[in-house]
Amino acid sequence: MIDAKSRGVKETAIPLEQVVYSLYQSQDKIYPRSVSGIFNNWRWAMVWLTQLFFYGVPWLEWGQRQAMLFDIEAKRFYIFGLVFNPQDLIYLTFLLILSALALFLFTAVAGRLWCGYTCPQTVYTEIFLWIEAKIEGDRAARMRLDQSGANVKKVSRKFFKHVVWIVFSLWTGFTFVGYFTPIRELSAHLMQWSMGPWEMFWVGFYGFATYGNAGFMREQVCKYMCPYARFQSAMFDDDTLIVTYDEARGEPRGGRNKKSVEANAKLGSCIDCSLCVQVCPTGIDIREGLQYECIGCGACADVCDTVMDKMGFARGLIKYSTQNAMQQHWSRHQILQRVLRPRVLIYSAILGLLTLGLAISLYVKPSFRVDVLRDRTVISRISQDNKLENVYRIKIMNNAEVTQQYEVHVLADAAFEAEFSEMKSLPIDRARYVMDIKPGQERSLVMELKVADGVLNRGSHPIAFQVKSLGTQETTVEKSVFIITQ
Amino acid sequence: MSDFVHGFWPAFITAISLGGIFGCVLLLWFASKVKVNVADDGSNGHVWDEDLREMNNPMPMWWVGLFIITVIFGLSYLFLFPGLGTYAGKLGWTEIKEYEAEVAKTNAAIAPIYAKYAATSVEDLAKNEEAKGIGQRLFLNNCAQCHGSDARGSRGFPNLTDHDWLHGGSPEKIKETIVNGRIGMMPPMAGALGTEDDVKNVANYVLSLSGSMYDSGRAGAGKAKFGVCAACHGADGKGNPMIGAPNLTDNIWLHGAGEAAIIKRIHEGKVNQMPAWQTKFTPEQIHVLTAYVWGLSNK
Repeated sequence: MIDAKSRGVKETAIPLEQVVYSLYQSQDKIYPRSVSGIFNNWRWAMVWLTQLFFYGVPWLEWGQRQAMLFDIEAKRFYIFGLVFNPQDLIYLTFLLILSALALFLFTAVAGRLWCGYTCPQTVYTEIFLWIEAKIEGDRAARMRLDQSGANVKKVSRKFFKHVVWIVFSLWTGFTFVGYFTPIRELSAHLMQWSMGPWEMFWVGFYGFATYGNAGFMREQVCKYMCPYARFQSAMFDDDTLIVTYDEARGEPRGGRNKKSVEANAKLGSCIDCSLCVQVCPTGIDIREGLQYECIGCGACADVCDTVMDKMGFARGLIKYSTQNAMQQHWSRHQILQRVLRPRVLIYSAILGLLTLGLAISLYVKPSFRVDVLRDRTVISRISQDNKLENVYRIKIMNNAEVTQQYEVHVLADAAFEAEFSEMKSLPIDRARYVMDIKPGQERSLVMELKVADGVLNRGSHPIAFQVKSLGTQETTVEKSVFIITQ
Repeated sequence: MSDFVHGFWPAFITAISLGGIFGCVLLLWFASKVKVNVADDGSNGHVWDEDLREMNNPMPMWWVGLFIITVIFGLSYLFLFPGLGTYAGKLGWTEIKEYEAEVAKTNAAIAPIYAKYAATSVEDLAKNEEAKGIGQRLFLNNCAQCHGSDARGSRGFPNLTDHDWLHGGSPEKIKETIVNGRIGMMPPMAGALGTEDDVKNVANYVLSLSGSMYDSGRAGAGKAKFGVCAACHGADGKGNPMIGAPNLTDNIWLHGAGEAAIIKRIHEGKVNQMPAWQTKFTPEQIHVLTAYVWGLSNK
């Protein structure tokens, strides 16, 4: 072993307990106590919002189909009126960038808002804890139950709890699969016990993940698995709202003495009831300051406020505040003023612009896709009427859900003639080709473009193809070139 | 199978893969033996840069379990699949086999459609819009690289939309061309014709057959020498589809029009090849493709 001192490590004066720890160790189970209060209400509001969305949306219909369906086999994603193809992957990139930016913004303003209120891990843990508390009782009752030996009450309650958990998890798995395969068909299959093997696998897999993560892993997902939890401290600054214990006000902590008023006068507001530790879903003591385990759920603030109310003290011993505010004793107004700092404004501006850009690009997104391929082996062929000819393949894909009629014409020098498919050769200002394409189908139109020898120089001449959907009046222009080699 | 041809590389890859896994296991085992002293504040007594204390945060036991599962998975994977150098894996899986299985699956799925087409004559199939669509896609993906998207070819690649067929334009002949491919061969003929002047005379005679611009004096002189060419192209110059000899009278010039181009061909001859497609396509696909190509000139 290398000597610790030679690496610049200083042995401290803290006396080392002669207790040895292994590098691995089973984690103690955490029994979060139920809590009520404003932040808890917010969390439950988000639970309802996200879960109504999650469980409800697959059942919505849009025309003749499911409103939100990610049909992987057909490689088409439907989101209400929008239809996406693999070529539209850029929108997913956009969405991920927006999500990341939103995360930066919310974290800069108020820390781990996502973790505390909307992350599926938090939301499902909250639901599972609620079920657990309904069946086994609150924290103390659960601890007693776990410590008691095997008895009918324990086994029956545990059994009942796991049954409810598993049913709920399977319903979650079923809903999840319902985003990828039509949920109404899936439920019909479920009724007849005729689900496909892969459907069963994914219902089971997602159900198992829900059951395991929300029932057992809980805070350990946040502590040991989630990468976001680890890098978000880089997004905090001294003006970020975090769940904070007001040390100046709370210390010295201590239980109240009913007899001695003098002894109580020396104490801070913290009565050391430890409720803030009992309600914590990650099992930390917020009074030790900001810790990486803290998911910013505000449960400790809620419970401390109820204690302060009972004691007749002012609320806010544990509250959302900033490091600057705690050090400089800022008022609420001053804290909120600092929310509008450059970092937040820049994040907001970029987020706003990108959201606007995405909305506009989705709004103007044509319901069809055009690709032009110039034949590379047939370069300036001599046509039967002795003109220089290039051949193009115009691929039009109809992404709309109805048959559409498309009109194609060429934007180029008036000297060109176009010969569409089986039509006669016409000057390009009169050459038009109209074709029908069924929904979701792609058709290739082959056409020749020609020009008399000597009109244009050798080289590459920019041209373009304009495709117009006659039904919706949308227009797309796709660029290409006309090449003369001789 | 492997791009690394030297025998060292498979061994190298095997050593790194297995060494990495066993190294991890060793580390895990070693770390499980280590015990640390921890102070009552949760730190192990090490302090850097004035106040940076090293805390003891033991990994959870389930994490160790996951690690062991990962190792078992990794070793099983390397046992079952080809991952260790030249070792082929217990399952004998290869990308080629998977590709072939997928192709077979797709072919099985579309077999009913093709079976229906296979029972239809080329002439009738050419009028079927759906079959034409499939034929066009097959053509665009496989044939258009040479014959052009519009099937009108270009220099050296025959136009398939006219009635000029080197090897015959009946459905049977077109199918034969697609299945077996074709090799067209004209030997250099200048030596057999005589002098450079003779070559030029014959070229002008050939031009006269299709009503192109020509020198009538030379053409007259060349006519006598054309007998050498007639063996393949016929006495009237109309070619012979049995051996792929082109018709010289229709003013269609696969390898270039004009006196200079013809003289070049007489001097150099020409070998031109269309590959055989029977290994790429199923017989049913070839049937649909034949109907598409036949339909291009028989509307």
